[in-house]
Amino acid sequence: MSSLLEVKKLKKHFPVKSGGIIPRQTGAVKAVDGVSFDVKKGETLGLVGESGCGKSTAGRAILKLHEPTDGEIIFKGKDITNVQGEQLRKLRQEMQLIFQDPYASLNPRKTVEQIITEPMKIFNVPKRERQKKLSRLMDVVGLSSYQKDRYPHQFSGGQRQRIGIARSLALDPDLVICDEPVSALDVSIQAQVVNLMEDLQQEFDLTYIFIAHDLSVVHHISDRVAVMYLGQIVEIGEVGELYRNPKHPYTQALLSAIPEANPHKQKERILIKGDLPSPSNPPQGCKFHTRCPLAEDICKQVNPELKQVSEHGQQAACHLVKEVVAGH
Amino acid sequence: MENNTPILEVKDLHTHFLTKTGAVKAVDGVSFDIKPGETLGIVGESGSGKSITAMSIMQLISPPGKIVQGEILFEGENLNNKTEKEMRKIRGKEISMIFQDPMTSLNPVFTIEKQMVETIRTHEAMNKKQAKQRAVELLDLVGIPDPEARLKNYPHEFSGGMRQRAMIAMALACNPKVLIADEPTTALDVTIQAQILELLAKLQKELGMAIIMITHDLGVVAEVCDRVMVMYAGKPVEFTDVLSLFDHAKHPYTWGLMHSIPKITDQKQKLEAIEGLPPDLRALPKGCSFAARCKHAMDSCFEVDPSFKQYQANHHVRCLLYENEENEKVVPS
Ligand SMILES: Nc1ncnc2c1ncn2[C@@H]1O[C@H](COP(=O)(O)OP(=O)(O)O)[C@@H](O)[C@H]1O
Ligand SMILES: Nc1ncnc2c1ncn2[C@@H]1O[C@H](COP(=O)(O)OP(=O)(O)O)[C@@H](O)[C@H]1O
Ligand SMILES: [Mg+2]
Ligand SMILES: [Mg+2]
Repeated sequence: MSSLLEVKKLKKHFPVKSGGIIPRQTGAVKAVDGVSFDVKKGETLGLVGESGCGKSTAGRAILKLHEPTDGEIIFKGKDITNVQGEQLRKLRQEMQLIFQDPYASLNPRKTVEQIITEPMKIFNVPKRERQKKLSRLMDVVGLSSYQKDRYPHQFSGGQRQRIGIARSLALDPDLVICDEPVSALDVSIQAQVVNLMEDLQQEFDLTYIFIAHDLSVVHHISDRVAVMYLGQIVEIGEVGELYRNPKHPYTQALLSAIPEANPHKQKERILIKGDLPSPSNPPQGCKFHTRCPLAEDICKQVNPELKQVSEHGQQAACHLVKEVVAGH
Repeated sequence: MENNTPILEVKDLHTHFLTKTGAVKAVDGVSFDIKPGETLGIVGESGSGKSITAMSIMQLISPPGKIVQGEILFEGENLNNKTEKEMRKIRGKEISMIFQDPMTSLNPVFTIEKQMVETIRTHEAMNKKQAKQRAVELLDLVGIPDPEARLKNYPHEFSGGMRQRAMIAMALACNPKVLIADEPTTALDVTIQAQILELLAKLQKELGMAIIMITHDLGVVAEVCDRVMVMYAGKPVEFTDVLSLFDHAKHPYTWGLMHSIPKITDQKQKLEAIEGLPPDLRALPKGCSFAARCKHAMDSCFEVDPSFKQYQANHHVRCLLYENEENEKVVPS
């Protein structure tokens, strides 16, 4: 399988400005600070980590909704890091974003028909084709065509998410970045939308980056998972192996914190203390060392690079995990 | 140390909102009791009446909402008959509540110190200095480092997890006998959730309070609850101890909830979603409210509203499948 998307050492820093008449930049929020991964065609890459670790910023930088500070984004073999104008507009057809809060992202004054066909209008799709696509999209996401003249407020949260999904598929994208698409939904409705997204992936040959803080949902939908901490990837690998055998102390703590729907099981829990440090003033060395139960001296001094930690290509950035050479 | 006299009993509570477009039966026949030291879970999807049940207990329902029927007995006294002045002595002292959004109980324009000292002095005969000392102890109890200095902060200077802790500290200021926790960890990351749940368990052990844990997360239920009430469209549909709920759930809605959540096992199966949506509480269908979404619905389910029936000792269920033995044969095991 070839890579649809390659992200290399991507950085997105937001300037922090001081007050005063002429504001000066006094620092930076290092929201994304050197992230590398690739996504293969047709796969789902899950992106997890505590809120504030930079998941949404990474997603938006890939879509070029944020101008990357540094690094490279390669989409279908082409460097798109600096594309602008018409080229960027074209690119927007091929990459789409689904948001957590479909209500905030749907214009309340537009009907479902207007919302779903709007991207096609922008790209000058002829009216007849728009209409055909509209009824097909409403059908595949499970809305009835008689609902096309209704407004977003007349729908439930789950239905609004379906409208958002239909719109994001209007231009036949290759890559869909899903930013917490089911986090606001009740479990029964969440399952409907997750199933829908899986069906659509099959039917339209979609590639997903699935951002979520719900680790069970990410496990369910992803082929591979990347774990982020303070703007960096600390572990990445195939989903089954990563969940079964996490190597990074942060991944271990994160997975152990998931409450399991089984009252017979008393889970061994690795409690990590405190909150995520501020990304404008991250700790020296390994960024996790201030909360890590295993930290040693070296962890306070040197920020570890990702290295291979299993024979199947799992990678972790931790001084205390042994490197494994592939191919045995 | 088991004390078997309930501290709080809710009997056939009905709370409705009398809106222009009809009466919203937000809570429609809820009954439960809770004993000191016990944790009772209330589960159900949004709009099922969990928060309104809690607000009814606190006597915080305002028009067009109204408690139209039922009793809420706290230490044997019906809170529905209390005046607002009497309730103010009970709220925060005898029964406390914590919320999903800590800013519902923290005031952004005052320091944590001012708010805590005020809360403590409303209920306890203490001077400012004593109250401040108590506030320091409480922040320390909930695991906020450097509590003396932190008291000087405003809520926005705290992180999300710390605000949640501060709210818990305020709620516990007067050693309440009942703590109602309305989705206290829903907005938090799992790492912080684990810290908060551990904190609540520790405080419960030390202080012996009863906890009503409102949540939609079955993982949280499995972890902290002793008994569980499952609600759907304003009504309890199943009520039993936590082991029976997970091992022998009876109600098709409970089955649906359990199958909807992805489990972290190696075998990946398609999620079994509950199709459809909850009903409009203003125009509840005839028969069982869940029938339209139920995979096991029989013709009679669309006609007859089932009663909340005791099925076994400590196991209540509202479902026609259990109304006679003939029907029970179709129940999957
Ligand atoms: N436009 C912005 N300006 C300044 N800081 C930002 C901006 N967007 C996000 N951040 C900061 O970047 C960090 C990462 O945020 P985000 O990517 O939203 O995290 P996540 O999606 O993982 O919760 C946070 O500290 C956040 O406050
Ligand atoms: N002020 C109000 N007016 C009308 N209906 C209300 C009002 N407050 C709550 N409700 C309705 O009561 C029902 C139960 O709400 P609630 O108890 O908040 O549900 P949840 O289980 O999500 O906590 C919902 O359907 C809601 O729409
Ligand atoms: Mg985000
Ligand atoms: Mg609620």
